[in-house]
Amino acid sequence: MTVAENNVATAAEAVIPAASRAERFTGYDVEAFEVPGGREENWRFTPMKRLRGLHNGTAVADGAVTVDVDATTDVKVEVVGREDERLGIAGAPSDRVSAQAYSSFTEATVVTVPADTKPEKSTLVRVTGPGEGKTAYGHLQLRVEAFGNASIVLDHVGSGTYADNVEFVVGEGAKLTVVSVQDWADDAVHVSEQHLWLGKDATLKHTVVTLGGDLVRVSPTARFAEAGGDVEMLGLYFADAGQHQEHRLFVDHAVPHCRSNVMYKGALQGDGARSVWIGDVLIRAAAEATETYELNRNLVLTEGARADSVPNLEIETGEIEGAGHASATGRFDDEQLFYLQSRGIAEDQARRLVVRGFFHEILMKIDVPEVRERLEAAIEAELEAIETETATA
Amino acid sequence: MATLEIKDLHASVTTDEGAKEILKGVNLTVNSGEIHAIMGPNGSGKSTLSYAIAGHPKYHVTSGEVLLDGENVLEMSVDERARAGLFLAMQYPVEVPGVSMSNFLRTAATAVRGDAPKLRHWVKEVKDEMTKLEISGEFADRSVNEGFSGGEKKRHEILQMALLKPKFAVLDETDSGLDVDALRVVSQSVNEVAEATDIGVMLITHYTRILKHIQPDVVHVFAGGKIVESGGKDLADDLEENGYVKYIGKPEPAKL
Ligand SMILES: Nc1ncnc2c1ncn2[C@@H]1O[C@H](COP(=O)(O)OP(=O)(O)OP(=O)(O)O)[C@@H](O)[C@H]1O
Ligand SMILES: [Mg+2]
Repeated sequence: MTVAENNVATAAEAVIPAASRAERFTGYDVEAFEVPGGREENWRFTPMKRLRGLHNGTAVADGAVTVDVDATTDVKVEVVGREDERLGIAGAPSDRVSAQAYSSFTEATVVTVPADTKPEKSTLVRVTGPGEGKTAYGHLQLRVEAFGNASIVLDHVGSGTYADNVEFVVGEGAKLTVVSVQDWADDAVHVSEQHLWLGKDATLKHTVVTLGGDLVRVSPTARFAEAGGDVEMLGLYFADAGQHQEHRLFVDHAVPHCRSNVMYKGALQGDGARSVWIGDVLIRAAAEATETYELNRNLVLTEGARADSVPNLEIETGEIEGAGHASATGRFDDEQLFYLQSRGIAEDQARRLVVRGFFHEILMKIDVPEVRERLEAAIEAELEAIETETATA
Repeated sequence: MATLEIKDLHASVTTDEGAKEILKGVNLTVNSGEIHAIMGPNGSGKSTLSYAIAGHPKYHVTSGEVLLDGENVLEMSVDERARAGLFLAMQYPVEVPGVSMSNFLRTAATAVRGDAPKLRHWVKEVKDEMTKLEISGEFADRSVNEGFSGGEKKRHEILQMALLKPKFAVLDETDSGLDVDALRVVSQSVNEVAEATDIGVMLITHYTRILKHIQPDVVHVFAGGKIVESGGKDLADDLEENGYVKYIGKPEPAKL
């Protein structure tokens, strides 16, 4: 594996993108966005045909998702209409599909953890797709009010085509740990913008896990309303033959004394397995004493799989604590495999050890036990697939 | 009593310019209980010989044989060779991030022994060997070789040898990078394993200092991809004195 580690100085000159991320258009109304053709910076990695018209207005809603919430009684669950004034406060859509979702949803689910509340157990929000051949648009807002402390699992399962916006609103001094799992059936297409909004001294640990689906594109954007915010953005993905998994992150440091730490790791196997990771971090002039680091690692297990990784770090102030990024895509390391095998460990088991080892660092950070166990099991299942693939190869 | 026979072994490595022959007819027989020191100039092919025996995918055996008690080793996969009783302490041990040393050792021991060792016995066994090698207990939770110093890596190679109890071990420059004390404890462990298990050892080294701790039965000079001379301990002293000049035709003194 080749690793590019950069400090502030080299990063600043090496990765400034052609157009500043600060200039990206955002808006709630789909008509304000041009229909993307596929060459735009924002879309150049996405196979547009497989979006099933989500981007050009031809995907008409003919179905609906089911949202089930399993929560303790101190958590408030509401289904609200478009007019609810709380909606949209975490941020405006930054691409046409998200704007389409925002313009199209008919009802939204709002889950609120009230101020000073710490629920006994984690809240489960399960979104089930509209069904094969159906299209739906949705909206979710997950709120933790001042000094609340909660853990939420957002689970996506089922079939169909779905675009949505999810808002995470973390109030002053509040703490939220959230895991968004995309465990869709093979046919599913899911395009989601996740808006992370942190109040003063808020802490948010946002984890994205993408396993299933035909095409999944998740764009988490983090914003700090006031100083003292701390966001950790973690991601784990495993793309199989034919799957397109895209994660586009944007951390917007516009106020002083905030921290962001990004770590995404992905493995790919099989023909046409594809992953895209974009990590835009913008440190605006006002964001003094910012501390940020982002990392993406990809492990390409077989021929025919491809990972793209693009970190972008823009720094508009010299007064920062620290900023850095690292990105690496490596093929399966034959030296590691040889070493383990030379100690008697059979090849399939050695492969599993190496891949498990690769994800270990990130799994250890997922502190919702149910989710971690489920992920370990899911990774094991993916690894079984490697075994059969290499056995039949 | 076991025998490892290497017969007229030729091996090449694939480079950008095509295949490059490195081993050019190696002949060597090692029996249980014997210690063979192998000394030779840089780049002569000593590590290539070790890798070819272990089955590294980069090195292709083009002709010749490696037999373990008459069984063709070259037809076995890398892990089968290890389970058959071959061990290679590598010159540059590989880092495996995210896999803890303790998980690795137990997985390897289970594979080589055929059964998972009983946990209570196993913990004690590992602890004892680690103590002998003066390895602190915290290493058990660290990732395999990750961030280990050169000397720490070498100690862990010998730890693995002690736990896996192979029939034959190739120690590829295990002594390089060890300080005086480490050299002593590592040598002691090798000697203990040798006494307890009747292991046959191929000890690749540039220095005679390890031969003061581990007594070789035979010393071989390795040059130009094969063994060019064999003799007793005094051959090593001669090499230290005069270098390899008479084998490679230009002066290159062995390092002291
Ligand atoms: N993967 C490779 N690609 C190209 N050349 C190689 C490769 N591996 C080994 N060689 C070459 O083969 C020759 C023998 O290398 P080898 O590592 O076996 O030597 P050695 O005797 O162990 O040397 P040292 O004493 O320095 O450890 C060297 O010239 C080396 O550069
Ligand atoms: Mg060598």
